Amino acid sequence: MEYAFFPGCVSRGACPELFVSTIEVCSILGIELDYESMKGASCTGSGILQEKNQKLGDTLNARTFALAEKSGNPLLTICSTCQGVMSQANKRMSENPEYLKEINKSLAEEGLEYSGNLEPKHLLWAILEDIGVDKLKLLVKHPLQGLKFAPFYGCYLVRPSTALDFTGHPERETALETVIEAVGAEVTDFSGKNLCCGFPILMINETNSVNMVARHTDEAKNNGADAMVTPCPLCHLNLDGYQPQASKAAGHTIGLPILHLPQMLGLALGIDPKALKLNRHIISSEKILSLLFVKP
Amino acid sequence: MEIELKVKRFDPEDAKNTPYFKDYKFDIEESATVLDSLIKIREEIDGTLTFRCSCRSAICGSCAMVINGQAGLACNTKLLDLTSKSSNEVLIEPLNNLPIIKDLVADFKPFWNKIDATNPWLQPNGTPPKQEYMASNEAMLNLANVMACIMCGACVSDCTVLNVDSNFLGPAALAKSYRFIADPRDDADKSRLSEMNESGGVWDCTRCMQCVEVCPKGVDPMGKIMETREKIMEAGMRNTFGAKHATAVSNHIEHSGRIDEFRLPLQSKGIFNFKEIIKLMLPGLRFALKKRAPSPFHFKNPNQTFVKKLFKKVEK
Repeated sequence: MEYAFFPGCVSRGACPELFVSTIEVCSILGIELDYESMKGASCTGSGILQEKNQKLGDTLNARTFALAEKSGNPLLTICSTCQGVMSQANKRMSENPEYLKEINKSLAEEGLEYSGNLEPKHLLWAILEDIGVDKLKLLVKHPLQGLKFAPFYGCYLVRPSTALDFTGHPERETALETVIEAVGAEVTDFSGKNLCCGFPILMINETNSVNMVARHTDEAKNNGADAMVTPCPLCHLNLDGYQPQASKAAGHTIGLPILHLPQMLGLALGIDPKALKLNRHIISSEKILSLLFVKP
Repeated sequence: MEIELKVKRFDPEDAKNTPYFKDYKFDIEESATVLDSLIKIREEIDGTLTFRCSCRSAICGSCAMVINGQAGLACNTKLLDLTSKSSNEVLIEPLNNLPIIKDLVADFKPFWNKIDATNPWLQPNGTPPKQEYMASNEAMLNLANVMACIMCGACVSDCTVLNVDSNFLGPAALAKSYRFIADPRDDADKSRLSEMNESGGVWDCTRCMQCVEVCPKGVDPMGKIMETREKIMEAGMRNTFGAKHATAVSNHIEHSGRIDEFRLPLQSKGIFNFKEIIKLMLPGLRFALKKRAPSPFHFKNPNQTFVKKLFKKVEK
């Protein structure tokens, strides 16, 4: 299945391992990624631009949707924040044809038009809805047996529920748990899995942001998790990148490896950890690799 | 139908003084709400169970509690929506982020103190008119949803910032502040905006949308916080990390189509704020050692001229 691929800013910036591991995993899952058609697509606005001017944010996303429609493929994201911002913009436009018409006027100069009918889809949802859990299970070469993963969704993949079509797709609410189990690992539940990682205020109130990291990683670890997995690179930046500060705030070393969703999938699909760039993380994944008897 | 309620109990007079869960199994009508079930427990099973309730119609805001892990009103939550074929268990806890007096009764003093801190009354200037203060329909329509707040505390309970920082004013107080900032009859906008611009105000919100999700009245506190941020920047108060961060993100998208992760932290902190820049160096070095430091060379996306034009067109 081919998708118009929207990688987002972070997978091309501070989380390059997400981009690389997505390419590796998608080739095994039979997902063709058309990145060429989407190279001119802009940032979603990340919710921050929307604070300033919601219509401008929606217009930029309509442009991205129009580029995907032009390519003839459905739109695939790999970031909870991108997905959530796009889903919210899409809801506003598809529910209000007059609003969409006005936005399309701005896009006309570039020869673009958005129909209002596209459904942006995160890789996590695409695996469940387009690839199928059964196919994923068949493709697993190296079941992650004995490993316990704590799921961490990222706010925008769970809220607002009205924009994410949980009514039409109830499976989305537990998608991460389903995928963890499909690759043979065990789910470690914890109260913070749907909460905020703190990244949006990292540059504004670092103390609060780091305390959020400490709270979630500590709780997951205390509940028995060997690692945490997230479909959001922004969450990864904070939960992994600022975990040393979180350990300091907690008064003890937390040391919980944080994996991007495609990295966890890649390990199960038998991809070399080097190709998944697990060595790029701030918190070492060596412990979980040794549990899997794979050389780091 | 049969239901199993796991209720978090706490008795301050109990020598152990620690919360515990108590299970109640009983039959109840399929149309029953969580509040109906609690009343049934109190009247027929265990008279010691303590909770607040009054109107039973989602108007008074007394019966907010945490139901299956999410804050909501007990009176407008149907048991049938919480149970499934495989489980008839429902978990009931008191509100989070507030002290507990007994069982499901939270102490709202910190809640009211924060509402009070926003000066929640109209402050018009000049000589009062002979009759009432007038406001246009349009202006008041914009305030209709924020005025629908019933002060139930659901948003405060599930706020992820209050969870780590009790100094944060929180979604209910910030929404209440917006209610007066956006009221055309109020003349204290500047001082209100200035107060909301302080530490513990609007910039500390993470935009996690928990408050939007749990609010039983559609107040959209986070949306009001975002509108207050915009008004703060429009009023020229831009010397905060939050305002600088928002401005930088917008500028990056306009300039290159995507966020420039190399410059964003520097611009958010202020490029001459050496104390803060030095603090950024350690995490920056950690990222650099892992070959994850964003490049200082930030190229434009293809066809960026069209994005730039959209900024001009739509912003106008």
